[in-house]
Amino acid sequence: MKILIVDDFSTMRRIIKNLLRDLGFTNTQEADDGSSALPLLKSSDFDFLITDWNMPGMTGIDLLKAVRADEKLQSLPVLMVTAEAKREQIIEAAQAGVNGYVVKPFTAQALKEKIEKIFERVDA
Amino acid sequence: MTEQAHQDNLVEYAKTLVEQLENGDAKEAMRTISSLHQQRDQVLFQEVGKLTRSLHESIKNFAIDTSNSEMREEMSRMQDASERLNYVIEKTENAANKTMDMVEHTMPVSAHLRETAQDLKSEWDRLMRREMSADEFRQLSKKIDGFLCTAVDESSRIDSNLSSIMLAQDYQDLTGQVIKRVIQLVKEVEDNLVNLVTMASTIDQITGVKHELQPQKTESKEEQIGPEGPIMNPETREDVVSNQDDVDALLSSLGF
Repeated sequence: MKILIVDDFSTMRRIIKNLLRDLGFTNTQEADDGSSALPLLKSSDFDFLITDWNMPGMTGIDLLKAVRADEKLQSLPVLMVTAEAKREQIIEAAQAGVNGYVVKPFTAQALKEKIEKIFERVDA
Repeated sequence: MTEQAHQDNLVEYAKTLVEQLENGDAKEAMRTISSLHQQRDQVLFQEVGKLTRSLHESIKNFAIDTSNSEMREEMSRMQDASERLNYVIEKTENAANKTMDMVEHTMPVSAHLRETAQDLKSEWDRLMRREMSADEFRQLSKKIDGFLCTAVDESSRIDSNLSSIMLAQDYQDLTGQVIKRVIQLVKEVEDNLVNLVTMASTIDQITGVKHELQPQKTESKEEQIGPEGPIMNPETREDVVSNQDDVDALLSSLGF
């Protein structure tokens, strides 16, 4: 299971990376915005994408849309982990095809639940 | 000059102007008109001058007092609000990293303690059930002795890591001061802008300028959905969710 973590703050990437390691996912890579994440996703074989929304350069929602529009990546599970909490935004993300949405600040439990739920659905 | 005095002056000039025109003294009349202009400009310059001075003062006064000389030096190098805020980002990032370093160092230590204790517990249980030979018991005694020494060492390491985590929180004091200063500056700038608007309206009154007010542009939908960052007051807003449960409820209402 290879996971890409996209967030502009290195501390947040580190927190998510640590939580993933506790959940048994040790194969992770990081990117600091959508425009550096997209080439990584295209050139490698990631199984899962965790992304923030608000980032300089390319935002998480644009990254999500780009992933869904890409033939090779369109079915990649995407979890959004963000401080963006407007109903409109959550709806926009859902319409863009997000697989899960976690609002910051979040708990290890919430992240775990969402990840597990996504994999249950993907496997089903 | 007060508004009343200013008006009296204008009336005075106007009277003089009428007199001069009636007397056919065109040259003097032109001079009066130019004085009228000058007076208007003067008031304008005075008001703009006042504003500039108070803005300048606010920016000059924007300095941080710290008792620590090293800090003072560090602070004096930071000359504007955005640098100060960058300093806050840097301090909080360092503290977060230091804290995570310590947590990462501590977790394996406590995991090792737990695993060793679990192993010993299962052997101890065998002893209690009298399933252990004398030779095995001697081995177990040695292990217990080793474990007790390790437990002392490792728990002191945990203690020291925990106190490093505690100390890493010292950024709060410094960043708090910096942020308070920035808030104060923003407030001063805001007050001065309000003054500017008031002065501008005085100037408009003096000069009799009328502005055609443009109807305010309503924000496009695109802009409204743009990223906003953390919501400070979710309980007072209708358009935001306040926790993960709200997110889940909203998503499930959309068929997720």
